[in-house]
Amino acid sequence: MAKLLFNQPSPLETRIVSKNFGLESSETLDVYLANGGFKAFKKAKEMTPEAIIEEVKASSLRGRGGAGFPTGLKWSFVPRTSPKPRVLVINADESEPGTCKDRLLIEYDPHQLIEGILIAGLAVDAHVGYIYIRGEYRYLIEKMDRALEEAYAKGYLGSNVAGTGFKFDLYTHSGAGAYECGEETALLDSLEGKRGIPRMKPPFPAVAGAWGMPTLLNNVETFSAVPSIIRDGGAAFAALGTPKNGGTRLVCISGHVNKPGVYELPLGYPMMKAINEVAGGIPGGKKLKAVVPGGSSCPILKADECDIAMDYDTLAKVGSMLGSGGMVVLDETTDMVRFALRIMRFYQHESCGWCIPCREGTTWLRKILQRFYEGQGRREDISLLGELSKNMLGRTFCALGDAAAMPTISIVEKFTEDFEKYLAKQNKSELVTI
Amino acid sequence: MTFSPELEKRFTALLTRYPEGRTRSAVIPMLMYAQDETGAITGEVIEEVARRCKVTPLQVDEVVGYYSMLHRKPMGKFHVQVCTNISCLLVGGEELYNHASKTLGIGHKQVTADGQFSLEEVECMGACSWAPAVEINYDFHHHVTPEKLDELIRGLRKSQ
Repeated sequence: MAKLLFNQPSPLETRIVSKNFGLESSETLDVYLANGGFKAFKKAKEMTPEAIIEEVKASSLRGRGGAGFPTGLKWSFVPRTSPKPRVLVINADESEPGTCKDRLLIEYDPHQLIEGILIAGLAVDAHVGYIYIRGEYRYLIEKMDRALEEAYAKGYLGSNVAGTGFKFDLYTHSGAGAYECGEETALLDSLEGKRGIPRMKPPFPAVAGAWGMPTLLNNVETFSAVPSIIRDGGAAFAALGTPKNGGTRLVCISGHVNKPGVYELPLGYPMMKAINEVAGGIPGGKKLKAVVPGGSSCPILKADECDIAMDYDTLAKVGSMLGSGGMVVLDETTDMVRFALRIMRFYQHESCGWCIPCREGTTWLRKILQRFYEGQGRREDISLLGELSKNMLGRTFCALGDAAAMPTISIVEKFTEDFEKYLAKQNKSELVTI
Repeated sequence: MTFSPELEKRFTALLTRYPEGRTRSAVIPMLMYAQDETGAITGEVIEEVARRCKVTPLQVDEVVGYYSMLHRKPMGKFHVQVCTNISCLLVGGEELYNHASKTLGIGHKQVTADGQFSLEEVECMGACSWAPAVEINYDFHHHVTPEKLDELIRGLRKSQ
């Protein structure tokens, strides 16, 4: 390794999007080109837009931002022949608690991202793109700006991309601190210089997105996977994963593990193997209590539910989600009341306030959890937390309301005993004070 | 209002990167970069950004009220942001925040009397696998322990 990575890679990884991580000067165009960069773009330039989209469909690539929508299908929704110009928006607002992967893709391989964006540009006949990067990632905005500058200077962006005559302009755009702006329509409002508030759908961004123009919006990792799909074929990428869950993805493992880190694993990788082997197991020989499988929005899994394959469909079957790849591991010592409270403080803070069930729901859930945590809980609060959360589901413009409700419902149902412990402790201390 | 030549150059570029007539799109990045120089989003900054982006000051003001990184009052020269969200929480993020609060003698979004330090308990910053994480201004610090934080703060104090 020429350069110290955030964490040491694991020999168990299948490195496709992260293949250049750790190469000396991997962020430069020269190193990218020397390692097969822009072959995919040149190949795509000789393909029809339909053929590019078919290749992406064949890869079974699904959105890596959280929703897991099939990427090729999303691309096919963009009206290529619209009289309005098409816009590409790259979501680098990475803010889902537990998720820290897009950072590495921008830091270590910005030109792979640029190439993926350019291929998408060919597929939907777009000639401009905006990379929306969260404000906290200022150092990455600067790194991305330098990569863009280099690509322009060497003819890989601008009026004649790689000598092919294709025109494309790409810019960064800074956010300013708002989880909500990771939601695609709120992001578009933010890109337009407004408060990040979700829009009514339809129309979907593919038809009327940024400035009312047809817009293709994907996550950084999604775009970054495209060059290898085009270069090696969609079928090869698909074969790495499981049916309908193509390829690999960056899994961000955090919490109670010996070797937390971001690891590239094929879809369908066994969750327990990821925890025990890739991430080195739980420190101090402690037992597993629970796993947040794909960022804080996902319903939590109890230890006995974790012996599963990590792909979108398996996670859906057990009532959770693969989400954004943020896997948080909790050992047996974790206080689930405290954990649920921290999640709710987050959602209450980040609710944009547009939809009342979310704005009020997160506020009341936070208050009840806070009360419980401070030893003022009531027995009926346990069912109240569940009921209140269930009343938020599906009643908001965007998924933030659901994102706050789902983990709460699962924690209250699966870890009722943690809440009971609080009640028991309270009663005891009451006896003492009397 | 004038900014540094570098910032003026950046603003000129910002105003031309969006489709024609869409200069409102430059509002948020412009506020972020302006704040780096002015220390806070004052009424004067709001007026200036509104004028440059061809929107009303109210349209800028409502944006300032929404985004957590835009401050109406100056933060310290070194703005210490400690994450306590779930991944950090599990490995001591809350204890680290409390430690920072005690060491600096200030609470959430407060500034030390000498204006050197401010503290903020922040939401997930995307450093989950290298938690607990602290961002001081725009610099990330990973696997931060109370001792490491003390050292960082001492270093910053000395650097003045």
